[in-house]
Amino acid sequence: MIAERQTRVLNNVQAINEALDLALAQDPRVVVFGEDVGTMGGVFRASDGLQQKYGERRVFDTPLAESGIVGFGIGLAMAGLRPVAEIQFAGFLYPALDQILSHLGRMRHRTRGRFTIPMVIRAPYGGGVKTPEQHADSPEAILTHVPGVKVVIPSSPERTKGLLLAAIEDPDPVFFLEAIKLYRGVKGEVPEGYYTLPLGRARVVREGSAASLFCYGGMVEVCLKAAEVAAREGVELEVVDLETLIPLDTQTLLASVQKTGRAVVVYEAMRTGGFGAEIAARIAEEALDYLQAPIVRVAGWDAPYPPFSAVENHYRPDAKRVLEAVRKVLTH
Amino acid sequence: MDTVQYLDDHGKPLRDIPLSNEALLIGYRALRRARHFDERALVLQRQGRLGVYPPFRGQEAAQVGVALCLKADHDWLLPSYRESAAALTFGMPISKLILSWRADPAGWGAPPNVNMVQFYIPIATQIPQAAGVAHAQRLLGKDAVAAVFIGDGGTSEGDFHEGLNFASVFNAPLLVVVQNNGWAISVPTQKQMKVQRIAQKAQGYGIPGITVDGNDLVAVWSVAREAVERARRGEGPTLIEALTYRVAPHTSSDDPSRYRTEEETERWLKRDPLLRMKNCLLHLGLWSEAQEALLTEELEAEFLSAVEEADRAPEPKPWEIVEQVYQEMQPDQQAAWNYLRGEA
Repeated sequence: MIAERQTRVLNNVQAINEALDLALAQDPRVVVFGEDVGTMGGVFRASDGLQQKYGERRVFDTPLAESGIVGFGIGLAMAGLRPVAEIQFAGFLYPALDQILSHLGRMRHRTRGRFTIPMVIRAPYGGGVKTPEQHADSPEAILTHVPGVKVVIPSSPERTKGLLLAAIEDPDPVFFLEAIKLYRGVKGEVPEGYYTLPLGRARVVREGSAASLFCYGGMVEVCLKAAEVAAREGVELEVVDLETLIPLDTQTLLASVQKTGRAVVVYEAMRTGGFGAEIAARIAEEALDYLQAPIVRVAGWDAPYPPFSAVENHYRPDAKRVLEAVRKVLTH
Repeated sequence: MDTVQYLDDHGKPLRDIPLSNEALLIGYRALRRARHFDERALVLQRQGRLGVYPPFRGQEAAQVGVALCLKADHDWLLPSYRESAAALTFGMPISKLILSWRADPAGWGAPPNVNMVQFYIPIATQIPQAAGVAHAQRLLGKDAVAAVFIGDGGTSEGDFHEGLNFASVFNAPLLVVVQNNGWAISVPTQKQMKVQRIAQKAQGYGIPGITVDGNDLVAVWSVAREAVERARRGEGPTLIEALTYRVAPHTSSDDPSRYRTEEETERWLKRDPLLRMKNCLLHLGLWSEAQEALLTEELEAEFLSAVEEADRAPEPKPWEIVEQVYQEMQPDQQAAWNYLRGEA
């Protein structure tokens, strides 16, 4: 059905803007709020023009306080609204961790379903665009360790739009992390009108037989680039975009490992305790017999993300490091 | 700053009481009902029939006075763990409260007609949420209000400030009730803050802050009623500081003799909110010892039947651990559920 629709070429920010616009139009319970999301339209312009269109009751600026924003959203959601909060950068989520860990994820459980939090928290994450300290953090592993939330990290405009609309419809809290590098760095055909894509599905974005690259968000682009380089040498890599970390589509990733027998996990957060460790563990637990080489992780180093670029390219995984890992699993 | 007071320390009215005789009787009954619950809950705890229990003895008026101004199916209550009295008065069934303090999931969810969120354990985190709940009422075109309770220690938390700021900026219909009971477990108020009165903090947010004698039901009720009316009219939040005292320990596991004197507790026992209210009723000729005895009997019967009801609740099942994590069970929860079902 979506395939039959008219499409336009949009970048990720435009796709987000369109999704928010459609959600606000479709469901009067939806409210969009955060720092600078109103008049300014968000630091990345994701909510551009929406306050003018829907008014200050539906799209509003808040005080500069992340715990307040998340807590306020929890309250709005419990009372029957569909809040979509923007945290200016995922690295600014830390002041809100008490709200996230103590309540956002567990309110349904601790009230036996009496109160639920159908809330979306959008936050730009990840590096590659020369930002100051904290602006390039990838805190997804912290979020995936919170029971009761979902974590979605899309990598293309078409997916971003459909997944964001699905996240807003979802009855549970969803973190929607948007790779800053992809905001304007990728463009793609995006179907017109309202459509949703199911959460909890990984997708094979490039088929191959030599090894599987597991990635998400900003690393999909990097892995696709590595796969192109490898293809020139006759090595066909499979690239799997996990897309939803929680709930994780284990089936798709195991099927890929069963097919290729080799796995490289790529993520830009620091290596230790990162979500890639979870992927590696799942593969080891459930598909060890198919593996022809140890699983290799390509990740950020165990250090804070370096600000202002000079050395950022040495921290953030690139195609070269991915290919080194591929060589390792192929020559084991 | 003045402290709002209607009854003197012995319960004698200091000025005209803005409540009807009928209301005074309802209020006294609610205080007695709360006290009865508290006393009996502690006994159940000692018998091993409740988990750790945070008693509220001495703070009944501060909670009951506010809850009496709220409608359970319209307004909202976001209590912290010491607010069983507020919960009870607001409309939570006793059996649910017992189950809740048994840590039985069957007690965690308020009935559909009671807008009470399960007792909050982390300190002050519910204030930004209460601001959101309150603001949502305005967006939904309702005149409902939200009431949130914390203790004096809670005012040191960042969420107290963020929550009050949000409530004030959005003019949210919210009551933030701080029961200043002098102690945050073992830390006295003077080590908690340098200001004299918690109500002063309201100035920082441009909202009214009122200090009320928290052991004077008439005073708390009047102050809260005014704040609720203001909020319903769309005039925004109020910070209420109720000066009171936790006569009981912090929880059933605490030993207050390590940090405070018996004399201090004795002094406050003389200002007991129930005693003062009873004396007020006696003074006004509205009450008798015979009625008192009858009420005790009635409350005990009500409590016993609630205990029986709670005891009848089926034991929580192991697989409930992974239920209600998401609306639809996700693969990992489903796998755990299957495992736990198979074990049983």
